[in-house]
Amino acid sequence: MEIELQQVAYSYAKDTPFEKQALADVSLKIPSGSYTAIIGHTGSGKSTVLQHLNALLRPTAGRVVIGSQTIEAGTKAKNLREIRRKVGIVFQFPEQQLFEETVLKDIMFGPLNYGVPEDEAEQRAVRLIHQLGLPEETLLKSPFDLSGGQMRRVAIAGVLAMEPEVLVLDEPTAGLDPKGRQEIMDLFYKLHQEKGHTTVLVTHSMEDAARYADQVAVMHKGTCVLTGQTEEVFASAAQLAEFGLEQPRPVQMQHRFEAKVGKKLQGICLTEESLAEAIASALRNGGNTP
Amino acid sequence: MKTDILSFEHVTFTYNRESAPALEDVSFSVQDGEWIAIVGHNGSGKSTGAKLMSGLLFPQEGRVSVLGDELTEQNLWDKRSKMGMVFQNPDNQFVGATVQDDVAFALENNGVPHNEMVERVQGALQKVGMADYLNHEPHHLSGGQKQRVAIAGALALRPRLLILDEATSMLDPRGRAEVIQTIQELRTDSRLTVLSITHDLEEALLADRILVLNKGRKYKEGTPDEVFSAGSRLEEMGLDLPFAMRMSRLISREGIPLPGEPMSEQELIEALWKLNFSK
Ligand SMILES: Nc1ncnc2c1ncn2[C@@H]1O[C@H](COP(=O)(O)OP(=O)(O)OP(=O)(O)O)[C@@H](O)[C@H]1O
Ligand SMILES: Nc1ncnc2c1ncn2[C@@H]1O[C@H](COP(=O)(O)OP(=O)(O)OP(=O)(O)O)[C@@H](O)[C@H]1O
Ligand SMILES: [Mg+2]
Ligand SMILES: [Mg+2]
Repeated sequence: MEIELQQVAYSYAKDTPFEKQALADVSLKIPSGSYTAIIGHTGSGKSTVLQHLNALLRPTAGRVVIGSQTIEAGTKAKNLREIRRKVGIVFQFPEQQLFEETVLKDIMFGPLNYGVPEDEAEQRAVRLIHQLGLPEETLLKSPFDLSGGQMRRVAIAGVLAMEPEVLVLDEPTAGLDPKGRQEIMDLFYKLHQEKGHTTVLVTHSMEDAARYADQVAVMHKGTCVLTGQTEEVFASAAQLAEFGLEQPRPVQMQHRFEAKVGKKLQGICLTEESLAEAIASALRNGGNTP
Repeated sequence: MKTDILSFEHVTFTYNRESAPALEDVSFSVQDGEWIAIVGHNGSGKSTGAKLMSGLLFPQEGRVSVLGDELTEQNLWDKRSKMGMVFQNPDNQFVGATVQDDVAFALENNGVPHNEMVERVQGALQKVGMADYLNHEPHHLSGGQKQRVAIAGALALRPRLLILDEATSMLDPRGRAEVIQTIQELRTDSRLTVLSITHDLEEALLADRILVLNKGRKYKEGTPDEVFSAGSRLEEMGLDLPFAMRMSRLISREGIPLPGEPMSEQELIEALWKLNFSK
């Protein structure tokens, strides 16, 4: 499902003394089936953008087109329920979306709410708890008696249980251990490919954005200042620095290697694997004579 | 002579009788002025440890000592006035209605005079780049801004011991580097001991020592070199290797013979440069 923000502005606590403009003139197109990463400095408006993707927030100016629905300032939106079923958001803080007595009830809540039969909802919960690397006993615990990373995994399971068409992830790996991080990012990617999901990832990890996304959008001070193919966006260190960002670690190392060894590598190395390959092939193709 | 500022002696803690202990027979100590990192898989007991250090929990077995004394209900407030703590979810920590009230809260409790308090609060918020948000409500900030405010609250206390539980997990890479830099500077200017719980192994590399927890038990304790030499064992327990070590393994796998295992990118590039010459 395609989602498009057209000149969206948003102010928190509008028309109160606490009014705070968080977005101004944001235009961003998320094509159906794409994997879009949104990056940007702290407070640049990423989480605020995400909450427009399922109409949790409504623009104070401009419009958001979600599939065949348009959400606009001033009009009453219909079919929000339908949108919320199709667009699942994993929030930045997992506590924000856990509320049931047990983990099992929590994961089953969404599916039951949308008419999935009880046994099917339960099967999904059991399957997902394994996929997210938690022991099955966890299902009977209270979500609030878990460690931070365990809560994160449960919150993710709850959203995946809805089988959304568009999966929206706000820093989904914060708090996960390194192995869990990799496994869960791979799980999202697998779902993205197998089911043709549209995926939107907000992340501070330039490495994850570089590895998984096909499109990258850069937020800066409440506007979307740059959108492009992943290779393009990460090609210029100077441009990223303007927005307080850096190139992914492998690209940084690529530059330092090239400067020190005096050899140019093939293309831009967005992942560790491609950098290792490029370095190996540069070294194999004959050494320098001093 | 170096003295212990924090110690765990055979500490065991269980949340409830039906479940396995969250921490079991854990002993370690931290010396005055050290920077120690605690790493471990999700659920390995790190935050439980942090809560025991700050007296939010008390062990069923063993002793937790802070600044020379066993932590008790009686000396808790006195000890806490010398400790800065940043917990995993900043929302659970905010008490003030505005950012500046929140940062001032502990100082007020400690009886810091008003003028000095104002200065310290502004100084701390300046250091974390949140000086423009004095009158904002802490709960209505972005994720990274919340973490910055929570860090400012701990720094404003001018603590002897700073306990950080994944305190920078939602900061952008530059923000994270800036916070670490700020804390390093404080360590050179004043006597500060830092205990940082983190999943960021690059950050752990900067510590004097690393403690690895696995399933509630201490698995290993040592300098970064000593700890990361465990290699694949760490991967099995949910951890990973630092970037440079991962890169050198990948490059070796491509058939390029690298001597040893460089821990930093600089060493790795140095080694590749030598290889290139010797061909
Ligand atoms: N509930 C709220 N009420 C008022 N202002 C808010 C609220 N939530 C966020 N803001 C403000 O809106 C701006 C954008 O915040 P947002 O949460 O979208 O940033 P972000 O890019 O997600 O940042 P981070 O990387 O730190 O999570 C910030 O200046 C923030 O202070
Ligand atoms: N309030 C609680 N009640 C019952 N069990 C708990 C509670 N808090 C944590 N636990 C359990 O204790 C164990 C250790 O949790 P702890 O929060 O210390 O882990 P952690 O190492 O900080 O993990 P993470 O990296 O996910 O934050 C986990 O198995 C967890 O499920
Ligand atoms: Mg955010
Ligand atoms: Mg924890």
